[in-house]
Amino acid sequence: MPGITREEVAHLARLSRLELQAEELDHFAEQLDVIIGAVARVSEVAGQDVPPTSHPLPLTNVMRADVVRPSLTPEQALSGAPAVEEQRFRVPQILGEG
Amino acid sequence: MTELIKRTAADTAAAIASGEVSAVEVAQAHLDRIDAVDKKVNAFLHVDTEGALSAARAVDEKRAKGEKLGPLAGVPLALKDVFTTKGVPTTCGSKILEGWIPPYDATLTTRLKDAGVVILGKTNMDEFAMGSSTENSAYGPTGNPWDLSRIPGGSGGGSAAALAAYQAPLAIGTDTGGSIRQPGAVTGTVGVKPTYGAVSRYGLIAFSSSLDQGGPCARTVLDTALLHEAIAGYDPLDSTSINAPVPAVVEAAKRGEVRGMRIGVVKEFAGEGYQAGVMQRFNESVELLRELGAEIVEVSCPSFTLALPAYYLIAPSEASSNLARFDAMRYGLRVGDDGTRSAEDVTALTREAGFGAEVKRRIILGTYALSSGYYDAYYGSAQKVRTLISRDFDAAFAGVDVLISPTTPTTAFPIGERADDPMAMYLADLCTIPSNLAGNAAMSLPCGLAPEDNLPVGLQIIAPAMADDRLYRVGGAVEAALNDKWGHPLLEEAPAL
Repeated sequence: MPGITREEVAHLARLSRLELQAEELDHFAEQLDVIIGAVARVSEVAGQDVPPTSHPLPLTNVMRADVVRPSLTPEQALSGAPAVEEQRFRVPQILGEG
Repeated sequence: MTELIKRTAADTAAAIASGEVSAVEVAQAHLDRIDAVDKKVNAFLHVDTEGALSAARAVDEKRAKGEKLGPLAGVPLALKDVFTTKGVPTTCGSKILEGWIPPYDATLTTRLKDAGVVILGKTNMDEFAMGSSTENSAYGPTGNPWDLSRIPGGSGGGSAAALAAYQAPLAIGTDTGGSIRQPGAVTGTVGVKPTYGAVSRYGLIAFSSSLDQGGPCARTVLDTALLHEAIAGYDPLDSTSINAPVPAVVEAAKRGEVRGMRIGVVKEFAGEGYQAGVMQRFNESVELLRELGAEIVEVSCPSFTLALPAYYLIAPSEASSNLARFDAMRYGLRVGDDGTRSAEDVTALTREAGFGAEVKRRIILGTYALSSGYYDAYYGSAQKVRTLISRDFDAAFAGVDVLISPTTPTTAFPIGERADDPMAMYLADLCTIPSNLAGNAAMSLPCGLAPEDNLPVGLQIIAPAMADDRLYRVGGAVEAALNDKWGHPLLEEAPAL
């Protein structure tokens, strides 16, 4: 399987919302190439007819009763927010006007 | 009288219940110990002196009123900083959560408080529990009390070091790939990863949700069992919580005998990369179990050789998704919000500033493994490996009651040795990862010192899911026999701090 390039790491960092520095990018690209080379061994089983396991427990769609129960107050929910305005989370611009 | 800080949790609880000592005296003795040695050890990120003393006072008042105390009432505990604590800082070892005060308690925190356990503070850990040495903490490394220049294991190095340094008789860890068992092994303490789903994950800051499992750590098998019983059990707030009775672990720890049990030695956990002294102590443990009346069987689990690669695809994949919540909008750090930058840019700048190198590496690796074109080859194959590993366990447990192996291939390595070599670091979890992938139960307990470096070696015991009691039965037997042989617990041989 092919390794990973510096450009690919830069693209993945953007997708992951990580504003990496240039030297960090160089270092990670090198390390990730080694890691991916090592973990690629799992593809030995790619052709085998084995069902995948996503989770150790055989659970699906666990529901709770639709009843009101105690929850955080608005003050508590906002207590860790970097910025707050009128009982809401204040965030930087999201639509590109400005 | 044994010094208060050296007592077991069981003895401490009994002394408090009988009135020999007060819970406040016990708490103060441990706070004094932390004060005296933690500058050297750095096991704690936050010490909650007020909270601890007030919880201890509540236990003393309850006793004065003649109310019945639980089996761990008044016993101090060190809590890994991955569990939320209402009103007490919770950082997960990361700068991105520096200064965050959770508005709610994790279910585990609530259970500890309800049991009258005295939470002393929050312990150091690899950032977001990613690591095997605690060097990935944003708040500096923790020293191993056996040799402060060596790692205490990770990610729960702070919890394990706090036990070995007599800062607390009980601690909580979380185990995603070995983060309870490996620190236990390298510090000469006991740690259990319960069956997946046995201990609630509500309020446990998520790393890899299908693998993460909170569990008990202590200096003795019985203390570990008492803590296990206090924290395990169904929780409707965690959709992956098992709704079944908790196995009788305390009874099993007290019984501690292995006569007639069939114990499997996993052939694949040996060979290249395993330290000679680790294998020597492990092989002696196998002989000990035989002498105690167990039947020893060699078993083969061929898929275990693919466990490490599968883990380093599955865990980063889930982490890349879980850590998307750190977006600088609702809590935690926010960087670069100068009125001109977009929310997206602020998120990217914040994550760059707030996450350490290992967290970034894993987020990128996980994003890669989940991206189109690579998904089937990497994540898809890793999920198939997970099935094959479970089948290997099923086949093995058809013929034996428990499996045993060394917990880690080597003893504690020097701080810095593997810090910038991710693949070398990942090898520390070689023997512990299969149990996380399959979701079964496993324990590490001390089985001696490696002759070449005089550092602790851990024996791992693995039991089928929901048979956690077998860990304690075997662990209790091994611990009693070894203490008899040595004339004292292994930790007595650790140098004074």
